[in-house]
This record gives sequence, C-alpha cells and structure tokens, in this order.
Amino acid sequence: MELDFSPVFSGWRNLIQGASVTVEITAMALVLGCVMGLLVGIGRLKPERRVIYALCTSYVAVIRGTPLLVQLFLLFFGLPQFDILLPAFVCGVIGLGIYSGAYVSEIVRGSIQSIDRGQMEAARSVGMSYGTAMRTIILPQALVRMIPPLGNEFIALIKNSALVSLLTIHDVMHEGQKIISVTYRSLEVYLAIAAIYFVLTGLTTLALRRIEQRLRAGGMVQ
Amino acid sequence: MKTQKPIVHIRGLRKSFGDHVVLHGIDFDVQPSQVVVIIGPSGSGKSTFLRCCNGLEQPDSGRVEICGHTLSDGGQMLADQALNHLREQVGMVFQSFNLFPHLSVIDNITVGPRKVRGVSGPQAEAEAMVLLDKVGLVQKAHAMPASLSGGQKQRVAIARALAMQPQVMLFDEPTSALDPELVGEVLQVMKLLASEGMTMMVVTHEMDFAREVADVVVVMDGGALIEAGPPDIIFTNPKQARTRDFLRAILTRV
Repeated sequence: MELDFSPVFSGWRNLIQGASVTVEITAMALVLGCVMGLLVGIGRLKPERRVIYALCTSYVAVIRGTPLLVQLFLLFFGLPQFDILLPAFVCGVIGLGIYSGAYVSEIVRGSIQSIDRGQMEAARSVGMSYGTAMRTIILPQALVRMIPPLGNEFIALIKNSALVSLLTIHDVMHEGQKIISVTYRSLEVYLAIAAIYFVLTGLTTLALRRIEQRLRAGGMVQ
Repeated sequence: MKTQKPIVHIRGLRKSFGDHVVLHGIDFDVQPSQVVVIIGPSGSGKSTFLRCCNGLEQPDSGRVEICGHTLSDGGQMLADQALNHLREQVGMVFQSFNLFPHLSVIDNITVGPRKVRGVSGPQAEAEAMVLLDKVGLVQKAHAMPASLSGGQKQRVAIARALAMQPQVMLFDEPTSALDPELVGEVLQVMKLLASEGMTMMVVTHEMDFAREVADVVVVMDGGALIEAGPPDIIFTNPKQARTRDFLRAILTRV
C-alpha cells in the first residue's frame, strides 16, 4: 500500500485551525492549573491547618487517582443532570485545568520544601510575617526549581488535551478525525497530527529552556 | 554590675524535641549593652537556647522576656503579629549565613526595612550603604551572594540584621562555617558592634573573642547553665569541673 498525504495537504487549513484550538484550550487550562496548583501546593505545606490540608490532599488524591477522560465526561455529560450545561470548550478548560492543577500542586509543594529551612528562619528573624516571607523570599527561589518539572507537566497537558476531541471540541485531533472519516487515510492523517503535537511540545520545551537561561543569567540560579 | 532592668529575662526555660530534653530549666538575665558569650560542648543546648530568644523555637515551659515584651510564657508564644514585631528588635545571625541567594547584597539588607518597617526604597538603600560601610563591603553592594566569600557573606548577614535597628543581636556560631583566615574579619565587625554598646548574645567557640569582648561568659552543658561569670574568672579559675574539662579540651586542640 502506498502512502497518500493528499488529504493532509488539502485539509491543512482545518488542521491548523484545530491546532490553534488545541493551543488555546491548553494555554487557558495551563493558567487555571498553575493557579490551582499554587493554592493547593501551599495548602498542603502545613498539616497542622487540618481543614485546608485535608481538602487539598483529597483533591490531589481524587484527581490523580481517576482517569482524565472520566473527569471530562463527568463535567460534560454528568453535570447536565443538575441542569448545569457548560459549553464544551469551558468543560475542556476546566477539566484539563483541574487535572493539571493536582500535578502542579505537587511540583509547587516539592519546590517550596526543597528551599533550605534557614531561608524562612532568616526571613522571619527580620520580622517578616509567614506570608511576606513566602512571597518575597521562598516563592521566588522555589519558582526557579519548578521550571523543569513544570515543563514536563505542560507537555503532558498539551498531549492530554487530545481527549477533549471527545467533548465535540474542534481541536487538532477532532479536525483530523473529520478528515479521516471522509478520506479513510488514517495513517497519513494521524502521522500529521502526531507531527503537529510534536512541534507544539517542542516549541514549549524551547520556550522553557529560554526562561530558565534568562533566570540563570539574572543570578536567580547558582 | 549595672542595675538597669534586664533587656533579656529568662526564667525556668525548658525545651525538648520529642523525648530528648534539650534545655532543663534555664534562668538568665542580660543587661542592656552587655555582651554575653555562651560556650559549651556541642549538643549542650546553646543554639536552642539562643533560638528560644527570638521565637524560632517554642519553649515547652518557662518565661522569656525580651525588650520588655513577654515572648513566651508557659509554652504559650506571643501572638503572630506581636511576635513579628518583636523579632524586628532582635537581630539574628546564623552559622550558615542564610543570605537570600536571589537578591543582591543591598537588596538582602533593604528587603526587611522595606517590607516590614515600610521604609521607602531610596531611604532603605541609603541606610543600607551606611551599614555596608560599617562592615566594609560598600564595593559589594550590587554583587550577588553567590559571588562572596564566607566572611563577606556573614558580614552582609550582620548588616541585614542591623538594618532592622535591633536592640539585641543574637549570633549562633557566626564563624563556625568559615575558613580560618576569614574568621577575623567577622569577629572584627562584632567587636565594633560591642564597642558601640549593642546588647549581644553570642554562641561561639572563639575563646579569644570571649576573653576579649565578653562581659559575661556562660558555660552550658547537658542542657543546663552550669556556670556564668566574667571571662577572667571563667577562663582562669572556673568553679565547675565540667567547665575545666571543656576549656582544657578546646584550648589544647591542635
């Protein structure tokens, strides 16, 4: 059998359109995931604050312990039973964001806890409150350590976003499948889709490397 | 001996970590402008004692009063906000410097005054330059901590603590992490502070410093304060056998 990429070339507009939806949904989920992750990660620093700790810990356990696809379906197909009808795109962003947030929270917590205890003690000993010390001394240092694992998480998020094609969202996966349903050229179209994801994740890797280099040059990292 | 009200007043201070009792009920006063040097074998509770004086450790019982405020009483710490405020008046210098590595030297010094005392940026920087001049590091104002030697780091750490205009300075083995040739520059700054009338509590193994600068030398062993007195008495004619043993061990090391 011969490879025939003509359906990919004739459908490239749709694929690019889909890729831009993938980027949009991933970027928005990323922001949501980072905000959730930061709050939950900080919430898990002090087990003495029982209620907050328990809430944050259960969130991480439930989200990490169940499939993303099930979570997305619960949002999209489950919530309407309570007359909560969210647009597919919103479900996608919330679903991916909440999912990613659980993983980001562990990155945040780990990075903060990896900062030497003496930093917090020094900050407190000049009279800073816990919050001020966290914002001005601990988080800026932890942020630098978060970047490599966050890079992994961002890349995972881009790839996981393919699942939202099942919520009728017209992302690159969905657009590809539409081409296949007409042309039956599965191999060629899926190869093209894989290439598009590869480019997107590659660009993310490059961007994060840039950011890390800049922080290094600014003396933030030894 | 001066008869002013003590600036540090400690009664029955006890602290344990789990089953391990670190401090067995310590009573101690420090008068304003006094330099107190705390010596003793490692594990004798010196650092914990010092850390109880600015609330980095929470005592199990006993009373710690500093600068007229009750820092802790019967295991109860001062409320958070008041504790932060009190810490402004008690500077702390750590064995491992604990400079903020992401901030330049001058920002290390100004971050406290700006964020805590609400001093404006330019004024904080002007004050910081005066302090850097005092510790002899004006030329390093815009360097990053990673580029400094240990002695320079510790002098910046002292300037950082002074920037809060404390009434008491605590030094927790300030020269123990330094190469021998860098110890002198840090001790020199500490002597300068002592000569200016700063109240200081210093945990150290630098016996020459203790002999020269201390008003009171305190000997701790096994979580208790076993002897206290002027350095010429402690070093030449200590009452306790344990003090003699400790001094012999530390002064005859090669």
